Amino acid sequence: MARTIIPFGPQHPVLPEPIHLDLVVEDERVVEARPSIGFIHRGLEKLVEKKDYVEFVYVAERICGICSFIHGQTYCQAVETIMNVAVPPRALYLRTIWGELSRLHSHLLWLGLMADAVGFESLFMHSWRVRERVLNIIEATAGGRVIFGSCKIGGVRRDIDAAGLQAMLADLGQIEADLRDLTKVFIRDDSVKSRLCGVGVLTRQDARDLGCVGPTSRASGVAQDMRQLGYAAFKDLPVEPVTHTDGDSYARCAVRCDELFQSINLIREAVARMPAGEIAVKVAGNPNGEFIARTEQPRGEVAYCVKADGTKHIQRFRVRTPTFANLPALVKMLQGCELADVPVLVLTIDPCISCTER
Amino acid sequence: MAYFEMSRLALKWALTKPPTSRYPFEPRRELAGSRGWLVFTKDTCVYCNVCAKKCPTGALVVNRARKEWAIDRLLCITCGCCVEVCPKKSLELAASHGTPAVTKDVEIY
Repeated sequence: MARTIIPFGPQHPVLPEPIHLDLVVEDERVVEARPSIGFIHRGLEKLVEKKDYVEFVYVAERICGICSFIHGQTYCQAVETIMNVAVPPRALYLRTIWGELSRLHSHLLWLGLMADAVGFESLFMHSWRVRERVLNIIEATAGGRVIFGSCKIGGVRRDIDAAGLQAMLADLGQIEADLRDLTKVFIRDDSVKSRLCGVGVLTRQDARDLGCVGPTSRASGVAQDMRQLGYAAFKDLPVEPVTHTDGDSYARCAVRCDELFQSINLIREAVARMPAGEIAVKVAGNPNGEFIARTEQPRGEVAYCVKADGTKHIQRFRVRTPTFANLPALVKMLQGCELADVPVLVLTIDPCISCTER
Repeated sequence: MAYFEMSRLALKWALTKPPTSRYPFEPRRELAGSRGWLVFTKDTCVYCNVCAKKCPTGALVVNRARKEWAIDRLLCITCGCCVEVCPKKSLELAASHGTPAVTKDVEIY
């Protein structure tokens, strides 16, 4: 049968972010997918030469609009390690809480986009309805809905008082009840299952070989979660990776549904164990050294390589984002799929192209 | 009862108040901790220039000789860095987000 190449993206109604795929199709079946990225490169890594290492936290936070806090946190962790800064325990717990709130709103955003991709628009609106309440918690505690702006080198910028923590827990209780009803639809509804079950199967071996990270690898049975490294407060809060073994789109959806409840439980645990004390220490001098910090973003592992030479400007800065790590797996999933499943499969790796291209 | 999960969800939330408001017909509900509009108090400012030096986007310009403090609202990212460093507490972030900037004018106080 004759092969046709269909250009897909970077501007396409079903794509939330600009990635370009050349889809080689035979009839309605994709036989090969060739991705090309670089449409929204902003040169943020080069900005380290203009901004000093303290100001650069603001740039790091703006690498991604969804996992902004964890980007800032990872950068701070790298610089703090180079400078041997002992971050106060309360700041570590606050970072953990904001990181998990970030994961909650990212996964809810993804669930909405997934519902939209399978043509279930009312479910999309319901997912974002719950997300709106998470964003309200974030705004009340950190000050911004999406850009938290609360992480700085040496600790955090603002504290959450006891009343604020209790109000957050009360809101999370209601959100959890809503999530139970919402995730039931994603897990049980036949129309959702018919679009996700058995679509884009990634075996455990492929997930390992292709270097998958985050929910994409956990859905294939790879129990890998960077929170187990024990950064921030995770040394006191054990995290058991949520895994499924089917490796299809449905499993990737189920992993994210389960992680919503895991994040809520982690926030509860962090609030219960929250130590008193300072939220930041004064940082003097300039960093000199090199470190690679790794954290778990909603989309998977992010690695920040920071190299400093004792001046106020970082010498070299490099980010390996989770979407970049998951692109080879996406290409593998797309081989042999139906053309109509392409938007769903692109979405199941939770692509964040702004992160990837920086 | 997989067929009725969505119906139950839709019915439950159809009977509850929406989390969003009908902006601009209803005013936005301000959250106390929100980082909004940067408010400057001229009376207490000593024009030390620390806020302008620390501003990550260069949105602030301070002229000590003329006793002027200026802000480009389109550059300000309301990070609160200037509020933290101000020795006289002349700056604060209001919970309100203020009015949208429609011109590129620099506000001078």
